[in-house]
Amino acid sequence: MSDLRHRAASLSPGFVPTAVLSILPVAAVLGIAMLAQLWLAPVLANAGADFFIKMGVDILVAMVLAISLTMVNGFTGQFSIGHAAFMAVGAYTAACIVYYGSYRFYGNANVQGGLVSSMVYGVRDVPWFAWADALFLGALLAGGLVAAGCGYLVGLPSLRLKGDYLAIVTLGFGEIVRVLVQSQTTEVLAEGASVTPDHLRMIPAWGSTLAVDDYITAEAIASAPVWVWPKYVGGALGFGGLPFYTSPFWVVLVAGLTLLVAFRIKSSSYGRAFLSIREDEIASEAMGVNVTAYKVRAFVVAAFFAGIAGGLFAHTVGVQLNPAELGFQKSFDIIIMVVLGGLGSISGAAIAAVIVTILPELLRTPDLLAASWPYGLGGVVLGAGLIGVLRSGGRSTTLGRAVLFAGLLVAGLGLLALWAKGSEVDLGRYRMVFFALALIAMMILRPQGLLGVGEIWDRSFWADLVARRSKGGVS
Amino acid sequence: MASLWSRVTRRSAVGIGLAALSVGLLPVIAGAGRPADKILVGHYASMTGKEATFGQSTDNGLRLAIDEINAAGGINGKKIEIITYDTKGESAEAGKAVTRLITQDKVVAVIGEVASGLSIAGGAVCQQYQVPMISPSSTNPRVTMGRDFVFRVCFIDPFQGFVVAKFARENLKAASAAILYDQSAPYSKGLRDEFKKNFEKMGGKVVADQAYNAGDQDFSAQLATIRSGSPDVIFVPGYYTEAGNIAIQARKLGITVPLLGGDGWDSEQLAKIGGDAIEGCYYSNHYAPDQPSDEVKAFVEKYKKAFNGQTPDGLAALGYDAGLILADALKRSKSLSGKDLRDAIAATQNFKAVTGTIGIDSNRNATKAAVVVQMKGGKPQFVAKVEPESQPAKK
Amino acid sequence: MLEKFLQTLMDGLAVGSLYALIALGYTMVYGILKFINFAHSDIFVLGAWLSYSMAIMAGLSMQSAVPVAPWIFAALGAVTVLAAVMQAWDRAGYDRVPAAWRGRLPTPGLGGTLTIVSLWGWSSVGLAFAARMIATGAAESSAWRTVAGGVILLAAMSTCGLIGFCVERTAYKPLRKAPRLNVLITAIGVSLLLQNLGQLDWMFGTRPQGMPRLLPDVTLAQFAGSETVPPVKLHLIDVVGAGTAVVLMVALDILVFRTKLGRAMRAVSYNDRNAALMGIPVDKVISFTFVLGAALAAAAGFLYAQKYPGLGQTASATWVLLGLKAFIAAVVGGIGNIRGAMLGGLLIGSAEMFARAYQSPSVADIYVFGILIVVLLFKPTGILGTNAQEKV
Repeated sequence: MSDLRHRAASLSPGFVPTAVLSILPVAAVLGIAMLAQLWLAPVLANAGADFFIKMGVDILVAMVLAISLTMVNGFTGQFSIGHAAFMAVGAYTAACIVYYGSYRFYGNANVQGGLVSSMVYGVRDVPWFAWADALFLGALLAGGLVAAGCGYLVGLPSLRLKGDYLAIVTLGFGEIVRVLVQSQTTEVLAEGASVTPDHLRMIPAWGSTLAVDDYITAEAIASAPVWVWPKYVGGALGFGGLPFYTSPFWVVLVAGLTLLVAFRIKSSSYGRAFLSIREDEIASEAMGVNVTAYKVRAFVVAAFFAGIAGGLFAHTVGVQLNPAELGFQKSFDIIIMVVLGGLGSISGAAIAAVIVTILPELLRTPDLLAASWPYGLGGVVLGAGLIGVLRSGGRSTTLGRAVLFAGLLVAGLGLLALWAKGSEVDLGRYRMVFFALALIAMMILRPQGLLGVGEIWDRSFWADLVARRSKGGVS
Repeated sequence: MASLWSRVTRRSAVGIGLAALSVGLLPVIAGAGRPADKILVGHYASMTGKEATFGQSTDNGLRLAIDEINAAGGINGKKIEIITYDTKGESAEAGKAVTRLITQDKVVAVIGEVASGLSIAGGAVCQQYQVPMISPSSTNPRVTMGRDFVFRVCFIDPFQGFVVAKFARENLKAASAAILYDQSAPYSKGLRDEFKKNFEKMGGKVVADQAYNAGDQDFSAQLATIRSGSPDVIFVPGYYTEAGNIAIQARKLGITVPLLGGDGWDSEQLAKIGGDAIEGCYYSNHYAPDQPSDEVKAFVEKYKKAFNGQTPDGLAALGYDAGLILADALKRSKSLSGKDLRDAIAATQNFKAVTGTIGIDSNRNATKAAVVVQMKGGKPQFVAKVEPESQPAKK
Repeated sequence: MLEKFLQTLMDGLAVGSLYALIALGYTMVYGILKFINFAHSDIFVLGAWLSYSMAIMAGLSMQSAVPVAPWIFAALGAVTVLAAVMQAWDRAGYDRVPAAWRGRLPTPGLGGTLTIVSLWGWSSVGLAFAARMIATGAAESSAWRTVAGGVILLAAMSTCGLIGFCVERTAYKPLRKAPRLNVLITAIGVSLLLQNLGQLDWMFGTRPQGMPRLLPDVTLAQFAGSETVPPVKLHLIDVVGAGTAVVLMVALDILVFRTKLGRAMRAVSYNDRNAALMGIPVDKVISFTFVLGAALAAAAGFLYAQKYPGLGQTASATWVLLGLKAFIAAVVGGIGNIRGAMLGGLLIGSAEMFARAYQSPSVADIYVFGILIVVLLFKPTGILGTNAQEKV
């Protein structure tokens, strides 16, 4: 990290203001997001690989969640198991604003965005950025802010609570959010549904134009006051009919910015304060770190990004916002990503998000797995070769071992899939069993996670990877 | 020995590795193309997870139908192939499965889900990509609302609520009823609303209206309240697990009046859970295995033969019908494009299926009769059939 | 008014005593290892399902008896053979191999554990068979049905204890020194594994099942009641359920506070390193704690299945919520405190039932979580919890 800053300093000959230098990465993220939207996505879509776009979007949303939780669980060492609740708060806030806002401004709930949120690739006769995109962006931010507010409220008890007790409070908060949404009416104000007496009681303005059993019109929905929006969010049935705004552009943009913020926080004095709290609360208090204030800040920042991820999630193709799926099991999924990647590692969380999202999809059809065993064999040979090339005095390298292990894993799974295909065993039913076993094995064999506390952009990480292992040493 | 190994690996390890990788690529590329002489149909269902039995029954029925059609020569010489993806009973997973079916496997049509929430999620994707979808058994009105590519082959909740209310008033001559519903399940809540409305319209009186939550096991508080209203019947629109428990606890509290339910009761497990307590209770369903109809008899026979003696439940019958109606539409469709197939499905009228004569109405819902069955000796027995003509016309 | 209150109170205590039984497992493990064993509620589910399977096997349901799945014998046989091999290895093999190889071969010590596992497994199967013999021998006599039920309860407790033992040895023991978050993730992994294994066709399957009733449906007493208001009934099943729970809790209390073993448990919980220095076999005490917790959870599972015969499949939301409530009971009572868990269980059970009866079932869960948060905010260590100072 420090040499990065050195390079940055050498880039600036004195007259380039630091502000410009700090904007550069943001501009780069924006550029990559545009590239993803205008070049990569159309290329993939033309090749008939729409599903890869969908997976990419899912992965990046998971990445935002994992990175945001890393700030609380990884950097600060606090233990939140209610992260999905912040996501839910953000998702429902954004969904309300986009859905009912669309009716108010455009008279329907279709996607009205420009090129940045268009998922019909190749259409060019729309502006780059429409007002509806601003609505979506505003909704995302609002979702993030409301979630951050909840984060503040939940973070406050950490004044009193430590460790596991905080975990239990976050769990309780998560469940209360879920129960509250579930106990709402299952309705969403939608065109074509009938007016019920409940509607007329809640929205007196409708009384002048609509009667019970009339169809709800778009104008009526547009005229519904803001304060009834949170009531009609679909309850236990889920908030359906949301426009699909979450394009590759938005997810790449948000994921990139989240990565950037996490990176900057980790290498700032804030980050050091977080890390010192994680290592030893009492010692860092003695060093003048306001432990409570920093804990609450970590909570608020993490909740903000989780809220934004929720907003993105709500508007993804094929997602029906459902409170039951944003309960503590979803929180566990996010924790699994964080721990799998290595507590405190941003890049580790990002990589784990990729693995955790893709793995169940790979296990869905054994065909692809069955075809992959030769790759595994290649990996074994490559790993053996790396160990051979990079070894001296009987010591192997971490990289060689990692490749060897990955190769064995892929080959083994591939052969298993091949056998399953032959004997008509439905591997799909076993996919969660495999997932659970992998999780347990991972925790026992490599408790520090994939990357430990390292980051893939640290030079020391790569140096460690090819360094000779001392006998008996821990990788 | 060691030096030889290290020399070999040093020279060629990378080369061998790369060669192995390229060999590995071959099957993947070869497997990418699907045979052109097959028509691919996707099915998304909860094969695992909390609603696994629903998905498995539907998949059995659907596959039985498709096997039959393929055995009879398929669609203009082409065989139909079903790809089933698991949703684990989660809507986000359903959206993913349907996206994969449409964009990766390039299916011409999608069948699925049982749970309404998941059908709404999957239907949104089908609408987005303009691929027709047939839901075998999602009864919530919102499933097909505003989506011209989404159809269903079952009746909807309002009709079922009406059927039970009518049966209670006319066949059972009940003057008063109590309701105990699952307020966290939209299905249960929808049935309760419609039953209450219709039962009161027909001159009955609802003396108690109690709720519970999914996952609840103890209903004694609600049943105690219901008992003090002494109703003639108790309407329990939920799923069979809760219905079984409710029946047991009701009998324990000394409530002897019959319980009424909807198609959520339909499972052979109902009798296993409820035991004697559920005897004599009634529920409305899509079909009854002992219904006096040729189609039903033939279907039950075939299903028992195919799935070692299991009696098909309503979901299996609806899965079967969804397969038949899709195959029929495929035969009539001008091409395999989404729009042509949609028009063909929409034009389905007077189709003789297992669960009744099905016609697709302008809202893409099926209009057909419902049956009411009674639990006798641990088995549902056909009692009455209620035709759709008598359904109250909606403005 | 009084009837409703009495009825609700009875229901609350009946459910609460079951929560307490489950909460004990959470609280004992937390007391000793300072981690939340999220897989504990799945052991409870397993207890319920095992009782069901054994009752079916014994022919106590309406259906005819079903044979035991052959893979159980295969697995137990394999463990037995492995145990014999490892015993031989421990006694004679290890000393005879050249010293240079020893580093790469398993060290002695596994043989004893495996022998215990296999003997334990066979005796659990034996208990299940005893239940079957009683059930077939006694035909329709309801008293003998109850005896068979008691044997099934013991068999389920024994089997779940064994499973708890295996889980602790394979999944948690290697992580004794790892950060607590890792152990928690492992617990989640074990929980996922048990849930998804239970769903498979060769285990319990995905269909909900009805637990056969092993107790006669007898009303013991009636209170109050009038022409219009039906009386409050005290059922045998509630009495037996709550009674078994109370007996088990009293036994546990005696075990922990009155015996040498209990003293060892408390010592390990207080400070495991010092306990080891005092000659306490820490690993064995920890294993015993898991076994005890699992056996109590299995008992709760059996009683629960008797009270609410509709068993949802192992991954059903019902179980998850139940486990969560039991866990909350442990926290409210003061996690790590055994009497606290009992108090918490009764409190949460009654609060839930009163909220259900007097307000609405939909808000009952909000009350439960609300109690949790209020207790945590005002007395974070729980009602009976002691304030342990965290050291630097």
